[in-house]
Amino acid sequence: MSEETTIIDAPREKLTKKAITADHPTWCPGCGDFAVLASYYKVLEKRQLDHEKIVTLAGIGCSSRFPYFVNGYGAHFIHGRAVPLASGISLARPDLHVFLFGGDGDGFSIGGNHLNHGARKNINLVYFIMDNFVYGLTKKQTSPTSPIGFKSKTDPTGAIDQPVNPMKQLICAGATFVARTHATQVNHMIQMIERAMDHQGFSVIECLSECVEFFPGAFDPANPRKGGAFELIDEKKWDNTSEDELRHDVTDELAAYKLAQLPFPGVFGVFYENDRPTKNALEKKWIDTTREKLGHPSDLALLQKTFDRMK
Amino acid sequence: MKDTTTTPETDAPNSAEDPTAPRGSLTATAPSATAASQSDRADLRPESINDAVIRLAGDSQDGIQSAGAFLARLAGRSDHDVMTYMTIPATISGGPSIFQVRMGTGEVLSAGDEADFLVAFYQHSYQDHISFLKDGGVLLYDSDNVQPDLDDKRFVYVGVPITGLTIEALGGTAKDKGKNIFILGLISKIFHLDVEKLTTLIKEKFAGKNASIANTAIMAFTAGYAYPVGNVLTKQYKFETVVPKEGDRAQITMDGNQALAYGLIAAGVRYGAGYPITPWSSVMEILRSELPKYGGIFVQAEDELGAVSLALGFSFSGYLAVTGSAGPGISLKTEAIGWASMSEMPLIIINVQRGGPSTGLPTNVEQSDLFQAIFGGHGDSPRVVLAASTVEDCFYIAIEAARIARKYSTPVFILSDTSLATRIEAFDEPELKDLMIDPKPDLTPRAAGFKPYAVDQITQHVPPGTRMLDGKYPLVSGLEHDEMGHPTGSPKLHMAMTAKRRNKLRQLAEEIPMPEIYGDQEGNVLLVGWGSTYGPIHDAVKLAREHGEKAGALHLRHLHPLPNGLEKIFARFKRIVVVEMNDQGIYGFGQLATILRARFCEPKIESATKTDGLTFRVKEILERVFEGRSFAARKIPREGLPIVHADPSSENVKSLKEVVPQGVG
Repeated sequence: MSEETTIIDAPREKLTKKAITADHPTWCPGCGDFAVLASYYKVLEKRQLDHEKIVTLAGIGCSSRFPYFVNGYGAHFIHGRAVPLASGISLARPDLHVFLFGGDGDGFSIGGNHLNHGARKNINLVYFIMDNFVYGLTKKQTSPTSPIGFKSKTDPTGAIDQPVNPMKQLICAGATFVARTHATQVNHMIQMIERAMDHQGFSVIECLSECVEFFPGAFDPANPRKGGAFELIDEKKWDNTSEDELRHDVTDELAAYKLAQLPFPGVFGVFYENDRPTKNALEKKWIDTTREKLGHPSDLALLQKTFDRMK
Repeated sequence: MKDTTTTPETDAPNSAEDPTAPRGSLTATAPSATAASQSDRADLRPESINDAVIRLAGDSQDGIQSAGAFLARLAGRSDHDVMTYMTIPATISGGPSIFQVRMGTGEVLSAGDEADFLVAFYQHSYQDHISFLKDGGVLLYDSDNVQPDLDDKRFVYVGVPITGLTIEALGGTAKDKGKNIFILGLISKIFHLDVEKLTTLIKEKFAGKNASIANTAIMAFTAGYAYPVGNVLTKQYKFETVVPKEGDRAQITMDGNQALAYGLIAAGVRYGAGYPITPWSSVMEILRSELPKYGGIFVQAEDELGAVSLALGFSFSGYLAVTGSAGPGISLKTEAIGWASMSEMPLIIINVQRGGPSTGLPTNVEQSDLFQAIFGGHGDSPRVVLAASTVEDCFYIAIEAARIARKYSTPVFILSDTSLATRIEAFDEPELKDLMIDPKPDLTPRAAGFKPYAVDQITQHVPPGTRMLDGKYPLVSGLEHDEMGHPTGSPKLHMAMTAKRRNKLRQLAEEIPMPEIYGDQEGNVLLVGWGSTYGPIHDAVKLAREHGEKAGALHLRHLHPLPNGLEKIFARFKRIVVVEMNDQGIYGFGQLATILRARFCEPKIESATKTDGLTFRVKEILERVFEGRSFAARKIPREGLPIVHADPSSENVKSLKEVVPQGVG
């Protein structure tokens, strides 16, 4: 199945921002998600991927409108289930670049189970979570990442439930690339997307992306222009210097977990990265060894042989 | 009887050599294909039969299913028609279980209402199933565990210390595991089955496993075969030989879930996802291990919602995919099926129905998910619903479902049920080379102007990875959308797109062939059914016609959309009775009956439903349809058989050491 139909290559034009731009975003003016979209365009342009191999997917939420704003193959799926949808596409079509966009409700609440299992199975895809700490599309209800005390329509006296810590959850679930960024830090965001793309496996980026309508100022503490501090993770350079010993080893799960414990707004960058084999690779290995052992028979010969055993 | 575990080895006089031994005693020999010809005395000549129902009743861990499966496969290899029926308990291990095999040389449609032969492993097996044994039938029981009421003169009693003999034949470590194969040997003797073919089947079954397992099985079989059952059962039977006609295709035997799985493979389905649930699981187990051989993948998902979503991802990527479950799991998948309807994504959804609602009767049969398949979900979400009628049909309906899903870019339900899933039938080997489909997606670049949701055409999605030469790429959406897949709130577009999604089903209805009527083409009563009730309904019509009724049977495979023109058939019958295994509902009609009445506004449509979790017996259908009329049971050769109450006590039993060649296998 992995052999693709040969295509006579028609001349290709350079992939430009114009070529990949579609509908005008429906987000509120000032929404953090605009910067995410702009960063995505930039990365696609920079990497010059084959236009037809870019697949942009999403579930439901403000941020999940994303695929409509990208001219490329894409699907707008149901609430919380975009991870398994994307997994199917990634497993069947290794030639495609699978990008998945969503919000905190989609990823950590209704789709929480899928997030854990996508991570555990290490499906090869990039999952970008625009975390705004609130339900925006449905107009201000508590989200799984809303901090305790946050006043919403469903918690008029302030949220009382312990919020999800996305970094901790993703590390524990087995995601093999876990990073965090901020929508106001476009260059950092682009770096993170590129590293996530280059990683083979379940790559997740949590991006603090402000909802100007229902949780304004939520991420100012990490925005230098608003008096906050955007503190970067200082990654090990492996240069045998004494300073390097203090730096963060991204392959160290416990160290990553400790970074994730830091109080809000915490730190930004790559928390964890691990080269564990992907489900894509493991399934392919099974297919290859099985077919090798059988001597690469035709589908017809295979099924006929099975039927012969049932006579 | 009282011979419990007394070993014949120690206290059994050698009755087979005793001139006063009961008439019909057979000299037990090692099994060979020529065993039947060893006796030429007229009273020992087996009676020729063409149909027998054998019910094995024991506990689920006794392996009676595999013994039954051997019989079914043997029948398949001998060109007999075969139909099996199985019940399994809901408990994890243990609990009463039966396997019923009906073998015949004619057309076997149903598993049989009554057994000609009952094998009882335990007292409860005897008590629960003796009522299914027909008068003059043979009760073969494990005299180590069962004490039948010998005063009931209706039956022939054959007691064999099965447990003890099996332990003795196999030695200590196997305990009584192997009773099933011992029984198989015993049945082979009684019915003069083809021992060579059977031992080949046993060896094939255990091929690749530890050689001692196959040896043990052969030893158990040999011991059962060698048991001098002729001492206690004076009658022996032999199936009429079927001479295959020129051009006849070989018979293959499998169960309904296997047929679904291999049908999907033939149909070019290479990807799928599921979550374990009875009775669907074996479909996913087969696909999980088979698809990699074909270069595909079946994923065991984290839950039902993940499974349907993965399958939709596969379909989106260009490979029509399958998901499946039983009713409760389908409920969980329902939201995503709505998306498939809206986005017009092809998908095959299998529902192997069981008793519901909720966890319900997880190991029993019911046809109560028809409404769920047709209407389950939010909004107007058209989908196609097909129902398989036999095991063979499971194979072909999978191919048809795939064809429809691709052509109409739509979700397609296949309804099966517990009965089809677990029963084994023999059918003509399909002509695979005409059926196999190459599933490669078409990635040739598309010319300018492609619209995934063109209002005036049936949607055909283009798989990602296909270049669009005008640089405009399509989106697939769960929001109401325009022709390019972009969201719209336009009332006009919602109306147009809703109609587009509905009209393709109307178009499909036009190409569905009018189903054939079995029996009388017009007359008094038409029995309408769907799904696994095919056999008993057809048997009922056959019997009714033999008794002078003008009756026909109409079996629907396409339930949504229905074939056009059924009203013309309905007009030719005075009564129309829809027979189905679900509740009559608050208005008195079963699920298909309700739909037919709504569709055709036909007041003469009646409903015959039941909810006991068991397959329809022919008798039950006849009683419901022809209230007050009595129909004699199916004629079988054993009617008129003199009732013999043989003494199965151990004195009549030869020592196993004497009859079983040691070290066989």
